[in-house]
Amino acid sequence: MVHATEVLGAEAYDSLGNFVGRVKEMFIVPDEQPNRISRLLLGRGRYRPLVARFDQIESVAPGRVSLTTEESALELYHPNDSWLAVQKDLLDQQIIDTNGRKVVRVNDVDLADQRTNGNTELRITQVDVGLPGAVRRLLQGVVSPTGIRRLQNRLPQRNIRWEFVNLIEPDPLRRVKLRISSDRLAQLHPADLADIMEELSPDERQSIIGSLDEETAGEILAELDKRLQSQVVEKLDPEKAADIIEEMSPDAAADLIQNLEPDTSKEVLEEMEHREAQEVEELLRFAENTAGGMMTTEIVVVGEDATRGEVVDYVRFHEIPPDQLDNIVLINRDAVFAGAVTVAHLLLAKSDQRMAELVSDPLLSVATDARDKDVFELFDKYNLRSLTVVSENKCPLGAITVDDVVSRLQAQA
Amino acid sequence: MNTWVTLTNAFSAWKARGKEFSHRGHAWRRRIAVFLAVVGPGIITSNVDNDAGGISTYSAAGAQFGYTLLWSLIPMTIALYVSEEMCARMGVVTGKGLSDLIREEFGFRSTFFVMIAALLVDLFNTVAEFSGVAEASEVMHVSKYVSVPLAALAVWLIVIYGTYRIVEKVFMVACVFYLSYMLSAFLAKPDWLYAARQTVIPSVHFNAPYLVMLIGLVGTTIAPWQFFYLQASFVEKRVGPRQYKHAKWDVMFGSISCMVIVFFIIVCCAATLNVHGLTNISSASDAAKALIPLAGKWAGWLFAFGLLNASLFAASILPLSTAHVICEGLGFEAGLDRKFKEAPAFYALYTGLIVVGAGIVLIPKAPLWKILIYSQVGNGIWLPVVLIFILLLINRRDLMGEHTNTVGFNVVAWTASIIMIILTAALMYLAIFNPSAAGLSGTLLCSPFM
Repeated sequence: MVHATEVLGAEAYDSLGNFVGRVKEMFIVPDEQPNRISRLLLGRGRYRPLVARFDQIESVAPGRVSLTTEESALELYHPNDSWLAVQKDLLDQQIIDTNGRKVVRVNDVDLADQRTNGNTELRITQVDVGLPGAVRRLLQGVVSPTGIRRLQNRLPQRNIRWEFVNLIEPDPLRRVKLRISSDRLAQLHPADLADIMEELSPDERQSIIGSLDEETAGEILAELDKRLQSQVVEKLDPEKAADIIEEMSPDAAADLIQNLEPDTSKEVLEEMEHREAQEVEELLRFAENTAGGMMTTEIVVVGEDATRGEVVDYVRFHEIPPDQLDNIVLINRDAVFAGAVTVAHLLLAKSDQRMAELVSDPLLSVATDARDKDVFELFDKYNLRSLTVVSENKCPLGAITVDDVVSRLQAQA
Repeated sequence: MNTWVTLTNAFSAWKARGKEFSHRGHAWRRRIAVFLAVVGPGIITSNVDNDAGGISTYSAAGAQFGYTLLWSLIPMTIALYVSEEMCARMGVVTGKGLSDLIREEFGFRSTFFVMIAALLVDLFNTVAEFSGVAEASEVMHVSKYVSVPLAALAVWLIVIYGTYRIVEKVFMVACVFYLSYMLSAFLAKPDWLYAARQTVIPSVHFNAPYLVMLIGLVGTTIAPWQFFYLQASFVEKRVGPRQYKHAKWDVMFGSISCMVIVFFIIVCCAATLNVHGLTNISSASDAAKALIPLAGKWAGWLFAFGLLNASLFAASILPLSTAHVICEGLGFEAGLDRKFKEAPAFYALYTGLIVVGAGIVLIPKAPLWKILIYSQVGNGIWLPVVLIFILLLINRRDLMGEHTNTVGFNVVAWTASIIMIILTAALMYLAIFNPSAAGLSGTLLCSPFM
């Protein structure tokens, strides 16, 4: 195994044993192989630098690279931004450790050297983010390589396998060229990914949001802190922003839009689908610290005469997502709020039981203009998971769920 | 019936007007909220410049040379603003701290040496702040063996148990306490007209002690660590390019308010100590003690209180900034919004700096004056390095895009930086080879514990 910093700066000799130049950079060509060091850039002072292809490398040792060909067989270097440069793009830069769900800084890159038919291929196995890499880079050229190796073996290792490394490339076009996939990021829990995003610079955040599908982007956006939310959205073009916001629940969308610059929020609302935009606009009428401002309009409303079986079929048929199922809201024939049934009660009930029999005691609901403090008190007193919000004529409009209560309390603390 | 209709109409008209009014009020409130959300880093950073060493130098300047050094405050404000604005801009545009950027653009080894320098210099500076606490408390007749440990504990607790928002509020309050110097100045009944004239019209005197004092003023006002702190705070507050305008105002307001405080300190000492011939003031606490018979007990106590506040303030920011810088650069997790377990290196560094800093002040017969010299020398070596890094980074188009320095700004920035570098080099030279040079011996190098 060799380290990238041992190869960078190494002297390169051709097949005749002549000095060619020093290794200035190592490139991976993601189009060919995701982890192979495919080109070495050989600097020659004031002459144009040359490039050694992976099959032209005979052997690699710390400080020395031997080539299989003569100098004349090497190509001249032409910059290519679809190549990943180990020194420029990786060393000292931040990366996302998708396994540890963290942003870390690269100290060194570990390479495995495999001999295959007469030449040596270098492959990136892991990146070093711990002390050994730091010590090596500090002492290189001052202490002998063996001395450094002996010292670093005693230090605690912190490495990240190459498969779990997600590069942070602020330029979205180059992201595509380098084939940086967002699959692993999309698999992280939105809350974790939001934490990661908070550590990045604005351009990097933008690039990641742009590379994710709308649904994931929406989930992450909902988890970001307010200021970052509006920063991210204001930099997106309104169409894309609208697509992402449509994927969010109406209450989260309303909270987000409320914090945007007035011009941006108007543009975004115009770009959104009519129905979603209307829902959000309705929510925007309510002040932020009232029940109306806290509620989501995505609730399941059924008639009180329905049976348990009918309701379950209804939920299945419409594929209602589980996060809207804390409570089933009941209405009577006049469309007036008649109570709420918790999923737990629903689960335990018999299939032919009427919903009206399962209603939780007491009959709780709040008006849209109820103050947030009163709402918190109700949640605390009755140990609620969800509370129905009703209009002036007692029609259910939406519900406040316990997670919104918790995040608001947390924000106020 | 008709009356009813009129009434309802009138009522809805009222309601509409109220709504519009509240809407307008809302927009206005929103704008203020946006501004307040950005403001802070600039004001805090600039005010921390007026730390224990600074106040001693300013008092000595006023005592020794009266109003004649006041003119230097305007060019100093410009230099302070220009250099801080670059850091603010970098933080806002790149969203990265200064040490992050140095690491990414200049590699591991340069970063490591910058970090080691940061650690040493800031440790010396922290010692200087705690000795400021000791001095101030002794004016108020409290033993330093009581005040320094208490101060260290208070500083540590605020930061460990506070989130960034709370800590910043505490710091903003500390900024307000700087106004005590304004009160002291008014109690000293200075000649305001003369002071104003001296501020606007330069009156350079070409004698050695005067020039040394001038250098001392510049050297204590612009300290390298403040750039790291400023940039990191804007990043941590998540100020984006859209709010850059506000950030700029914050920095400008900070630089000016910092210099206004300096103005009042110098005026206060000029009107009392200098007028009565007490020109040889060796420290801020000396100045405070000397003020008591001349301008009344309150003026003296306010002066000492200002020193205490400044020292405490700087003593909490310095270790914090240092821990931040080092962790960021070397890739450890950092930040007040993280728990101890998430960022052990950060909290260990922070705690260590405070404990060692306060501990050294408490050692009986510790060579504090030597440490104070070293802190000045350290700042002097470090400042050019940091300024040059800043100027190189800010002009990188790949980092800053359209926000690189304009040619005009570059001229001002490079000129200011080169002058600052020359002046600090001169200060260092004097500190090392000629510590008895008039101004310096009177200010930084002789603490009462010598």
